[in-house]
Amino acid sequence: MKLLIRSGRLVDPASGLERVGDLAIAGGRIVAVGTAPSEFEAERTIDASGLVVVPGLVDLAARLREPGHEHEGMLESELAAAAAGGVTSLVCPPDTDPPLDEPGLVEMLKFRARKLSRCRVFPLGALTRGLAGESLTEMAELTESGCVGFSQADAPVRNTQTLMRALQYAATFGYTVWLRPQDPWLGSGVAASGAVATRLGLSGVPAAAETVALFTIFELMRSTGARVHLERMSSAAGVELLRRAKGEGLPVTADVSINSLHLTDVDIGYFDSTFRLSPPLRQQRDRDALRQALADGTIDALVSDHTPVAADEKTLPFAEATPGATGLELLLGLALVWGEAQGLGLPATLARITSEPARVLGSAIGTLAASAGRLVEGGVADLCLFDPAARWQVTPDALASQGKHTPFGFASSGFELVGRVRTTLVAGLVAFERGRIDA
Amino acid sequence: MLSRRNPQLNRHGELIHLLSIEGLPRAVISQILDTAGTFLSVNERDVKKVPLLRGKSVFNLFFENSTRTRTTFEIAAKRLSADVINLDIARSSTAKGESLLDTIANLSAMHADMFVVRHGESGAPYLIAEHCAPHVHVVNAGDGRHAHPTQGLLDMYTIRHFKSDFTQLTVAIVGDIVHSRVARSDIHALTTLGVPEIRAVGPKTLVPNDLSAMGVRVCHDMVEGIRDADVVIMLRLQNERMSGAMLPSAGEYFKRFGLTADKLALAKPDAIVMHPGPINRGVEIDSSVADGRASVILPQVTFGIAVRMAVMSTIAGNEA
Repeated sequence: MKLLIRSGRLVDPASGLERVGDLAIAGGRIVAVGTAPSEFEAERTIDASGLVVVPGLVDLAARLREPGHEHEGMLESELAAAAAGGVTSLVCPPDTDPPLDEPGLVEMLKFRARKLSRCRVFPLGALTRGLAGESLTEMAELTESGCVGFSQADAPVRNTQTLMRALQYAATFGYTVWLRPQDPWLGSGVAASGAVATRLGLSGVPAAAETVALFTIFELMRSTGARVHLERMSSAAGVELLRRAKGEGLPVTADVSINSLHLTDVDIGYFDSTFRLSPPLRQQRDRDALRQALADGTIDALVSDHTPVAADEKTLPFAEATPGATGLELLLGLALVWGEAQGLGLPATLARITSEPARVLGSAIGTLAASAGRLVEGGVADLCLFDPAARWQVTPDALASQGKHTPFGFASSGFELVGRVRTTLVAGLVAFERGRIDA
Repeated sequence: MLSRRNPQLNRHGELIHLLSIEGLPRAVISQILDTAGTFLSVNERDVKKVPLLRGKSVFNLFFENSTRTRTTFEIAAKRLSADVINLDIARSSTAKGESLLDTIANLSAMHADMFVVRHGESGAPYLIAEHCAPHVHVVNAGDGRHAHPTQGLLDMYTIRHFKSDFTQLTVAIVGDIVHSRVARSDIHALTTLGVPEIRAVGPKTLVPNDLSAMGVRVCHDMVEGIRDADVVIMLRLQNERMSGAMLPSAGEYFKRFGLTADKLALAKPDAIVMHPGPINRGVEIDSSVADGRASVILPQVTFGIAVRMAVMSTIAGNEA
């Protein structure tokens, strides 16, 4: 189908391009950025005046809950949520049931996702069988079946020698290992150590849970040469170590969740289990450091850390509640709120959810690497059109995701988001449309 | 961020549940202590009953076993003429896999008027207060490490009984403070009532420096911690802490942080010694001190009944 997007404010975060113009799409690819060729005959025209046209969002952490947790979320609902949030590519961790440790499971997931054609799904394979932290998975086979890297999700590798072997093996083939920097013993608490956890009598997770893990990871990177992506940074001290590691030239990248970017432990209030998150929310100075690190590029990408949790698993005493919150539909709005507060322009803000996470994925996504997260002629037409002036409030029941728990619900948080997705295109096809805006 | 209303107060600032001492206005605390004073005489009469809760059903929901605390609540409720139903949930429904809120819904359907809740997880009574019927009142009888507000109030009653002015006192709390709901409730009550010096005394594993955020002076030395104190509150050392990564042994703990007559001599001459019970003789407190002149451990128990009567009658009289 030939599609013309007319008079939109085109923003390409990677190049810094920001201009009003048209975008011509044919055969699932962008054929012109700025002005359509005179011979271009669109079958459909979308009037994008007043809207921002950006590459589709790339979310490096979204749980789809399939297979195994279908009561909490399913591909249909969660990929619909992705499309509603302007997300056109997402990375899902392997902590499904069973975990993604066999090629057949990965192929099935990719096949089911492709059939829905709402969003591109890039699974992370399990780093160890059953995520048990003991024996390695068939990484090469898993890569052939579509895995873009290997991860333990939130499960630890307790044995440091196993972790070193996993990094060595992955480095042999150039695969990226995605790790949550959290020491399993120090990280066993339910809230960040500090005044709030002390006052509420909740077991604490000290910042040392993160820094101890980072020291180990960086040291093993030095000896193995492995490339590592750090998932969900949470502390100021951790950010400082990351900054030094990057300065030293280690091949490391990192992300932070929308939760840690905007909230602190004080928000837990009276044991509100929607704030039961992993990593736990830390203090103001940690949040400030994370916001700064995302702005200056020390942290590469902002992620939704989307985790649908069934209501039964949340209406429990704080420590017993399952950690996690819904996030795919909030990613854009919360990125824009942050960018505005930080005084960043649109291209720099949007880079953290488009071109930068695409760069983290790099060659793991094959030929897509050339154009995912970018607006370039000849590139894939994965696009998000949003109204930058719209301010909106999150009402959990209005979310497409099966996960309704969010710490950003207006009723409890008073949070207002900026920027409302109007249209999402994946490979030039409409994956989501909020009301029709045909010209 | 919107500020969320303290769930234990109604729109008029009246107490409808007792979940924590934190956030309670000084006037509310003082009023409960005053009311407890009037019940003390009831407990000394031949007929130890007043009809304030007649026809009301009080359910004791103990998800964690505690015969002593449950009994004090039972006595308090009965002296207010309530019907008391004891449910030992640790051994019944939740063991069969019923969720906490299903249990609460079922008991609400039996027309409970008040739940007295003990639970192993911090914050569980908040969840119950949020989800129970609006006419039901919840009393926290101890939740995880978080709060034990009736113990905190009875401790305040005891201090007020023996010492006149809170604003002149030095109070030392000694022992496993990090795991203690009693310590947290005491600290909130003492700070609200204007005690200028509250010391938290113990080794760093049990008294981490984070505690200073609660408005206490952290002391890792018993001599420094107890010197010139007016009130010494000793905490029970749980068996599971006595050997392992928290403490090497009960013997070493007693030597450094146990309260002996020698150490008590460092406190003010008229200092009182308190303990929430049950006491571990020779672990946190020497028998000569527990039974000695300064000990007010048994009066605490007596006051505890009156304070729990005051709490129950107060919240039952306020509408959500």
